[in-house]
This record gives sequence, C-alpha cells and structure tokens, in this order.
Amino acid sequence: MLIVIALLTGLLFGFGLLLSGMVNPAKVQGFLDIAGQWDPSLAFVMGGAIGVGLVFFTLAKKRDTTLATHEPMRLPGNNSLDRRLILGSVAFGAGWGIAGICPGPALVALGAGSLQVIAFVIAMLAGMALFSLLQRKH
Amino acid sequence: MQIDLINFTPWSALAGGALIGLAGGLLALLSGRIAGISGIVGGLFDGRPAADRNWRIAFVAGLLAAPLLWQLVAPLPAIQQVAGIPAMMIAGLLVGLGTRYANGCTSGHGVCGLSRLSLRSLVAVLSFMGAGFVTVFIIRHVLA
Repeated sequence: MLIVIALLTGLLFGFGLLLSGMVNPAKVQGFLDIAGQWDPSLAFVMGGAIGVGLVFFTLAKKRDTTLATHEPMRLPGNNSLDRRLILGSVAFGAGWGIAGICPGPALVALGAGSLQVIAFVIAMLAGMALFSLLQRKH
Repeated sequence: MQIDLINFTPWSALAGGALIGLAGGLLALLSGRIAGISGIVGGLFDGRPAADRNWRIAFVAGLLAAPLLWQLVAPLPAIQQVAGIPAMMIAGLLVGLGTRYANGCTSGHGVCGLSRLSLRSLVAVLSFMGAGFVTVFIIRHVLA
C-alpha cells in the first residue's frame, strides 16, 4: 500500500513541478533575480502548494493514525532553530541560485536528459552520501 | 524592481503548485511520510531497513516517470539551463550537503513544513531564499 501511495504521489508531485515551471532553471533564476526583470511566478507556486497543503496537513495533524497505512501519525516534531539548519539552508540556497534547480526538479529534469542536470544530480548525490558518511563517523 | 510580464505565468504556477501541495498533502495524510525530496533521497544513504527504503525508491520512481508520461500527452515545457557543467557540480554538492544538514529543501521545508506551520521550516525557507537572492544578485549584477 505504502509503495503504491509513494509511487502515485511522486508522479503527481513530478507533474506539478513540470506544470509549475520549477523544472526550468531560467525561470527559477528569474524569480531569484529581484534586482533585474523579476518573474514572480514561483511565489504563486508556493502559494498554490501551501494553500492546498494546509488543508491536508491540518487534517493529518488531527489524526492519531495515518489514513491508508494505519500507522501511528508521526509528523516531524523537531523545533530547534540551530546553526545546522541555517548554515545548511544558506549553502542550499547558494547552490539553488547557481544552478536554478533544487532536488525535486533536478530528478524530474533527468528525464529530459541534459548533461548539466546529470552533473548536478551526481554531485548532489555525492554531497548527500558525504553527509551520511560524516554523520556515521560522529 | 521591474516585473517581467513576458515570462510571468501565474496560472500554470498556481495550478502546478496546487498539484505539488496535493501530492505532499496526500502522502502525509495517507501514510504520515513527508514529501521532502532531499530527505527521501538522502535517507537512501543512511543504511535504513528495506521497509523504510522501498517507499523512497517508489516516490523517486514516480518523479522520474513524470516527464516520460507527460510526453505521451504533451511536449515537455521549456527547460533552459543557466550554468555550465563545472558550476552545476559545485551547485549540486552545495545542495546535497546543505539540504541534509538543514534537514530539508524547497519541498520538505518549503511546501510541507510551511503547510504544517512549522517555525523551523519558516527559518529554513527564509535562509535559503535569502541565500538564493544574494547568489543570483552576485552572478547577474556583480560578476556579469
């Protein structure tokens, strides 16, 4: 059941990314370029996503068990505002600005087969593997 | 600031965003999992048991299949790259490491976290958006 839900929501998520314009690096940089010709589209993507997401997450938060897999509902409970959160996000934002893509759109864009995206995804996976390696050492 | 009215696509942005929110919301309500791409993919490197690995692989398979199915019905939207391969590798490394340290990216903190009204996610979003604005300012208006 979980596998089917994950596959279908992954597919839907991918369609949403394609339709939204988040998969197009030129459009993402156009949003991040507030000093130039600013394209506010991505604010609308966030607005649409959060508008719909709010309804579902509000329902999910009220439940003790998950609706389809019948497991205890455990949404993230970490509330700490630490250096890792901020420095990690700043590093991510810098990479997002350079490339114009973030992790989801990068995976979706793999299907379009550009060398730049393949290079980005390999480096991203290497960065994630490096993180796991460093965590295991500690 | 000047608004780029030629490239501005409010309706497809809103509709695409709504689909993203629907996907993330359904995954949370139905299974309690968070549709955060960096967390889903990064978790594959943590040596987790098979039960916690297979759903991640299935979600990623859905993402990878999306453009292939899309093309059966309509041509893919324009995808225009802005950086060369060396810059993309540096960016990928920053994104991979940064999202893991921060425990989330645009999807996990941006969509799911803000939908949960998490303060931690709001701080993450302000941090990565701020860094994105500064980085693009430097690339387009200082270096260029």
